[in-house]
Amino acid sequence: MVTVEDFHSDDPIAWCPGCGNFSILKALKKALVDLQQKPHKLVIVSGIGQAPKTPHYLQSNCFNGLHGRTLPVATGIKLANHKLTVLAQGGDGDGYGEGGNHFLHAMRRNIDITYLVHNNQVYGLTKGQASPTSDLGFVTKTTPRGAISPACNPLLLAIASDCSFVARGFAGEIDHLAGLIIEGIRHKGFSLIDILQPCVSFNRVNTFKWYTERVYKIDADSQYDAGDRLKAFQKAQQWGDKIPIGIFYRNQRPNLEEQIPAIADQPLVAQQTDPDSFSELLETFK
Amino acid sequence: MDISIRIGGEAGQGIQSISSIIARTFVRHDFYVFINQDFASRIRGGHNFDQVRISNVPVQAVDDKVHILIALDKETTRRDIDCMAENGILLFDEDAIDFTSESPNHFSIPFGKIASEVGKSKIMINSVATGAAIALMDFDLQPVLNGLQEQFQQKGSEIIENNQKCAIAGYDFIRKNLKEKSLFRAPSAKSVRQKMLLTGSQALALGAMASGLKFYSGYPMSPSTAIMEFVSSRADQYNIVLEQAEDEIAAINMVIGAGFAGARAMTATSGGGFCLMAESLSLAGMTETPAVIVVAQRPGPSTGLPTRTEQADLNFVMHAGHGEFPRAILAPGHPAQAVHLMSKAFNLADKYQTPVIVLGDQHFNDTFFTVDELDLESITIDRGYILTDQDLPSPREYKRYSPGESGISPRILPGLTKAVLYADSDEHTEEGHITERATIRNQMMRQRMQKLERLRQEIGPPEIYPAGEAELVLLGWGSTHGVIKEAVDRLNQNGMVAQMMHYSELFPFNPRNIGIAELRKAKIIAVENNYTGQFADFFSKATGLSVHQRILKYDGRPFTAREIVDQIEDKNKENNNGYRGRLSQR
Repeated sequence: MVTVEDFHSDDPIAWCPGCGNFSILKALKKALVDLQQKPHKLVIVSGIGQAPKTPHYLQSNCFNGLHGRTLPVATGIKLANHKLTVLAQGGDGDGYGEGGNHFLHAMRRNIDITYLVHNNQVYGLTKGQASPTSDLGFVTKTTPRGAISPACNPLLLAIASDCSFVARGFAGEIDHLAGLIIEGIRHKGFSLIDILQPCVSFNRVNTFKWYTERVYKIDADSQYDAGDRLKAFQKAQQWGDKIPIGIFYRNQRPNLEEQIPAIADQPLVAQQTDPDSFSELLETFK
Repeated sequence: MDISIRIGGEAGQGIQSISSIIARTFVRHDFYVFINQDFASRIRGGHNFDQVRISNVPVQAVDDKVHILIALDKETTRRDIDCMAENGILLFDEDAIDFTSESPNHFSIPFGKIASEVGKSKIMINSVATGAAIALMDFDLQPVLNGLQEQFQQKGSEIIENNQKCAIAGYDFIRKNLKEKSLFRAPSAKSVRQKMLLTGSQALALGAMASGLKFYSGYPMSPSTAIMEFVSSRADQYNIVLEQAEDEIAAINMVIGAGFAGARAMTATSGGGFCLMAESLSLAGMTETPAVIVVAQRPGPSTGLPTRTEQADLNFVMHAGHGEFPRAILAPGHPAQAVHLMSKAFNLADKYQTPVIVLGDQHFNDTFFTVDELDLESITIDRGYILTDQDLPSPREYKRYSPGESGISPRILPGLTKAVLYADSDEHTEEGHITERATIRNQMMRQRMQKLERLRQEIGPPEIYPAGEAELVLLGWGSTHGVIKEAVDRLNQNGMVAQMMHYSELFPFNPRNIGIAELRKAKIIAVENNYTGQFADFFSKATGLSVHQRILKYDGRPFTAREIVDQIEDKNKENNNGYRGRLSQR
């Protein structure tokens, strides 16, 4: 029986008081307990930023690598041992800016990784510059006259890339977010969970209050069909007075690892190479 | 016997099908064959050539003289005639090429007409040319006919037969019209099929696979791509996962991920792609994750000469990545060494939990070498210090970066024990958590950098040929192995006392590997395919020895032995026989 105590970490937390990351960490632990996920069978890969510190704050295998390079590392881990549960974690700058190319290709591959993007629409660790998801007109140290390029919409990108699980959560809705993480981990393919996360230090516009007044749950509408890609495109374009959260889109296309013959029986890490098996290959050069 | 055949033409004319059939024929008859491929960065057209050198003694370099030149395009008659040996023979087709010559050694043979009439297809000029070349060497045609059968197996009996007829017609044409010119009587030999013909890339891939390669990720870039293609062609048979990455940054990070999880993993690229990997090289150093990276060099800067050769990335791979961390750099000079060094690269990467770079270059990677055997069975696999559940009575106490008994931290593989590990690119505590404390920083820096000193003890000595003392020491590394050896033989035949000192294990440099005192008495001549003599500088700094002459080439082409010998002899004359020292007066 896995309990929340099994995920306890002694590493002191370095986030600002009141940070949205605390709620996300809580939701993540709740999801892992609900899934009865054993910590030693879990790997969390993260990049650089405030969000990527998360794996230090719970008991699990952690690879805290470079800014933007989370997904390729996670892909390598999953292909080497696909029996592991692999989560990737980063912020909006990390995932949609520096790591944008990897994001597109991880979705295309449909590798079975759950990707949590703590999206606070601002660069926190570098202390307050515009991010790829900053709203048009958002004033920061690098956009003193307001952002002049519109925000990138990661959900639209994901649906266009036929990402097989596309969801958005909100740090202020812990139980709902935990539910999305559970669904994402259960889903056998690439799962994007974009998480609206208020930054109490550098984003005075998109605050807890601002989001709480706007977010609504998609699944409250029993008519919404997450299998309908066109509907998902429409839903993902909604932003402003009303902001939808929940599962926007999902499909059941085959994932990367189930299509690779080399790992059909066992993961790579369990396989040995027989040095005597090369004589036939050497003959082909004669 | 030492014959070189050059086949020149446009990309797409089938140059390689001629060279590969000729090469395979002779390798199967126990000859040594060496094929240099010279091609431009384009899919069709341009001017390209393959040069096939056939000898009854081992050859591992390009000869400067061509005995049979086959011109499939006009450009060959323009550019390549200067390379011909005195009694060399040019074959061309006057119907196809606007070229006339008074020379009795320049022969027109109707490649196109024969191909159209006999083979019913103009494409088959290469089979006609193959037959003609074999006739000029006075060699048996049957093995070539067998070779054609093998080559076109999948294309059906009609294509096979027509190609064979073309080869016979080309052969007969030469026998009938040029019998007296069949100057090169290749000694007849029986088919034994013992030797192997393979490229440097194939040897690197084989070495990796036999060393337990399980994961490969790469992004196509000349001249490294052949490694990925070879691994890919056998991935299902040897249970290897190969993922083509979206860019080189993804490739190296996937390799780091797979290495972290416990699979032997590698990538290969060229200088430009390695630039993109530099930040992640440092990541592997900091997180102490094994990674093997092949850098097949090509001339830079920037895109440079994409399909040609250079050894100008040594300084770069030695210093790439921010901060200080241990690494090893290896550079094979021939296929057997490539196999051995790939195995060593994986073992060092696992044992020292750090990146290892294997340097190739276009000349090494694309060249076909003949080897008597490749010993894959004696490869040993050392996965280094990895704990299992039995070593971990209390899993919660495990610390990824604790100093360990031997100064190397204990790894666990995620999911394979009850413990968990934290790996971090930030400076970290023994537990792997982020820290900025000065004392821990100092401890961790020392812990990582001490591995460099241990790695240094693993680095093997240079190859010395021939043994003994010498007055001239030709210093080289990587792909120049064969050509330096040949130059040394020629210098010794010319009355000098010359020796090769070839490095294939470059970094960390171990000066104890060589006799510094003896070398102080010799003249050291560096031979490198770059502008500055990067290894010469490094060697001088590490040993305190001075390099007396630098023979450098940076036109994108490999050295020939003659170029090296000429430069040494010129310098010798300049110096008033300055190289004739105490040994040659004995």
